[in-house]
Amino acid sequence: MADLSVKIHKLELKNPVMTASGTFGNGVEFDDFIDVNALGGILLKGTTLHHREGNDYPRMAETALGMLNAVGLQNKGVDYFCKHIYPIVSKYSTNVIVNVNGSTIEEYIELTQRINELEHIAAIELNISCPNVKEGGMAFGTSCPMAEQVTREVRKVYDKTLIVKLSPNVTNIAEIAKAVEAQGADSVSLVNTFLGMAVNAETRKPVLSTITGGLSGPAIKPIALRMVWQVAQAVKVPVIGMGGIASATDAIEFMLAGASAVQIGTANFNDPQCTIKIIKGIEEYLDRHKLLSASDIIGKLQM
Amino acid sequence: MKKQVCDLTVINNTRLNHDNYLIELKPSIKLENIQPGQFVNIQVKDSPTTFLRRPFSIHDVNYYNNTFAILVKTVGDGTFKLSKIEKNETLDVVFPLGNGFSEPSKGEKILLIGGGVGIAPMMHMARESKNIGVEVHILLGARSESDHILVNEFSQFGQVHLTTDDGTLGIHGFVTDHDIMSSKWKFDRFYCCGPDPMMHAVAKRAKALKTECEVSLENMMACGFGVCLCCVTKTNEGNKCVCTEGPVFNINDLEWQI
Repeated sequence: MADLSVKIHKLELKNPVMTASGTFGNGVEFDDFIDVNALGGILLKGTTLHHREGNDYPRMAETALGMLNAVGLQNKGVDYFCKHIYPIVSKYSTNVIVNVNGSTIEEYIELTQRINELEHIAAIELNISCPNVKEGGMAFGTSCPMAEQVTREVRKVYDKTLIVKLSPNVTNIAEIAKAVEAQGADSVSLVNTFLGMAVNAETRKPVLSTITGGLSGPAIKPIALRMVWQVAQAVKVPVIGMGGIASATDAIEFMLAGASAVQIGTANFNDPQCTIKIIKGIEEYLDRHKLLSASDIIGKLQM
Repeated sequence: MKKQVCDLTVINNTRLNHDNYLIELKPSIKLENIQPGQFVNIQVKDSPTTFLRRPFSIHDVNYYNNTFAILVKTVGDGTFKLSKIEKNETLDVVFPLGNGFSEPSKGEKILLIGGGVGIAPMMHMARESKNIGVEVHILLGARSESDHILVNEFSQFGQVHLTTDDGTLGIHGFVTDHDIMSSKWKFDRFYCCGPDPMMHAVAKRAKALKTECEVSLENMMACGFGVCLCCVTKTNEGNKCVCTEGPVFNINDLEWQI
């Protein structure tokens, strides 16, 4: 049986399959369906310094092989997180990672400091790519100078593994990846959702209350795969790939393109057990190809 | 019971009228304590435009045969494909989801109000309520006579009252035009499921009559178990997920202008 473990900086993952922030709640919502500890790691719902109500309903539109969302980082803020959510997620033995959001550099720093105090949080994913908030969010991830600045400042106050989550809504994602790597990011995760829009022809109105939202699901997979490949060529730090992964084959494609690990997002909605099936599928693939380790396929695209 | 994702066997698919189907499903695990008002989320096969699962109220439960039924009205490609499913085929279902209606007390008098396919959760509710010694009345609203379904089945559990928008059956008008919703009947509780304008009208009447009232909402959802945060509704305590914190809400907790 192949060794599925991979490393993301200091993080040891028992397998390359993690969950994407915002699609896995705080993990506990999946306890009825799967053994959460069987995953390589879980990314909790995006957290902010202060409570956020999120955007108005409708926040979701179904599209061809995907969906748009405009949730807008609804969460109860870091105080609530530390008091009520952290004690619950501390029970997991797998890597628990907090997705960190801010509308200003100061907010990112303060939130990171608070998370840094939590022993059982293995890493943070610095979200500079949320397309659904008015201030901050994607603004940090679509400009090289801003991406550099927020990474540099957060790096100063965080000594565990720092993953930076990149936005695909840019002209050259590899440049942004190189910029955050230069400022001390230990890993980059990509892609967040693509900015999209849905219109109801009958009512002649936008479907989402925010007009635009983030597209996810199998519809974005080829573009995400291309971006992961481009970024993997450009940086030395481990890349975490995501974007429409719904099967083990999808996950393997991302790893061949250069991802050291993957995150599963929207597929969790369709099949709450898909992550476990993907792990099993990767294991079968490695065995079938007589490979000893999951690391043997990372970046092994044959040209 | 614990939430499950599994393939359920279709025991029956009965066409009730021009656009409604009653699909009876059998799981391999034992059904236990399904609350009236809970729902299931179904992955529709062979419908490229139906990417996400579709939620359906649990219409009725037969613990003896270990089956439950859903009521499907054909509105789009997903429900159309679902309506074509045949006996012995399987459906990929996540269930049971959400919170049900609060249980009435023995001796109380309740009115179940269903509009269109919103009558779906009321059969299980009527059955369970009658079982515990509650006086059940059922008010069903539809556009026209041919849209009224399952009237005889409902009548096993209580007196059925009907309205139609066009006056072809029962009282001519909306459910709130029916005398059963007037002050003289003195119901302890209203339970309502149907189109939004109807639920708002019922909520308004309930408030005027000072009658306890619960409504079952159906916002668009992606997951059905509280992680996508897409199906929220505004409540006195902020946004709440219809899937996990509903779909049943007391009208006093909702920020409805009533």
